[in-house]
Amino acid sequence: MADSIEKVSIVISKGSLEGVYPGLIMGNGARMEGIEANLFFTFFGLDVIRKDRIDKIKVGTVGNPGMHMPTWIGAIPGMSWLATKMMSRQMDKIDIPPVREFIEMIADSGGKLYACQATVDMYGLSMDDFVPQVEKVLTVGEFYELSAGGEIIFT
Amino acid sequence: MTTVTLAGTPVEVDDEGFLQKPEQWTREMGEEMARSAGIEKLTERHWQVIDFMRKTYLDTGAAPSMRALGKTSGVAIKELYELFPKGPAKLAAKIGGIPKPRGCV
Repeated sequence: MADSIEKVSIVISKGSLEGVYPGLIMGNGARMEGIEANLFFTFFGLDVIRKDRIDKIKVGTVGNPGMHMPTWIGAIPGMSWLATKMMSRQMDKIDIPPVREFIEMIADSGGKLYACQATVDMYGLSMDDFVPQVEKVLTVGEFYELSAGGEIIFT
Repeated sequence: MTTVTLAGTPVEVDDEGFLQKPEQWTREMGEEMARSAGIEKLTERHWQVIDFMRKTYLDTGAAPSMRALGKTSGVAIKELYELFPKGPAKLAAKIGGIPKPRGCV
């Protein structure tokens, strides 16, 4: 099977629930197929691996045409909370876990999690700010080195 | 759909070698498929996962998700990947003689 994918490196750059799940599903799905998976969290995507934010990731209800509701309705206080609750319930039904459990699942599967150096510097963070599943902080150069020979997916 | 011979019996499999008729399956076929997937010897722990996959499929018509497998098979995710490095749900389904799981998680 010369055409099979052996390794993927997935960049997660968004901080909304609908922005982080695709990358998490693809990373976990790669491991399910026996594909090596590296997940690289950058910019707002870093929220996924931050101890203080991992449980607070919400659906973006403002300026999100996918919500099919006027922006002013999305801006009503509590809308994002409600949309997050509804989406989480739907996902749980099809066995997609909450973000924290998903991160544990991917790490237990052998998927590797990395934080982006530039973002860490920008926010003045250190390894102490991250969940224990994070391997290390990588520069973009190190990320490319790590990704050599595999596919890179940006989300 | 092709026909291959497993443990001396012809069976129908798909392109990736998953049995299409679970009732044609025997444990000996499972052992043979495990060896060709790189697992020399199936241990008790392997069988626990394989039997769970098979039972869930036969009872419900669908293989369990990876999350369900980790939570309810009695084998945690970490160990599942140690037992089946090339993908626990996929491999256990194949060895257990059920179609390839269709779930995304």
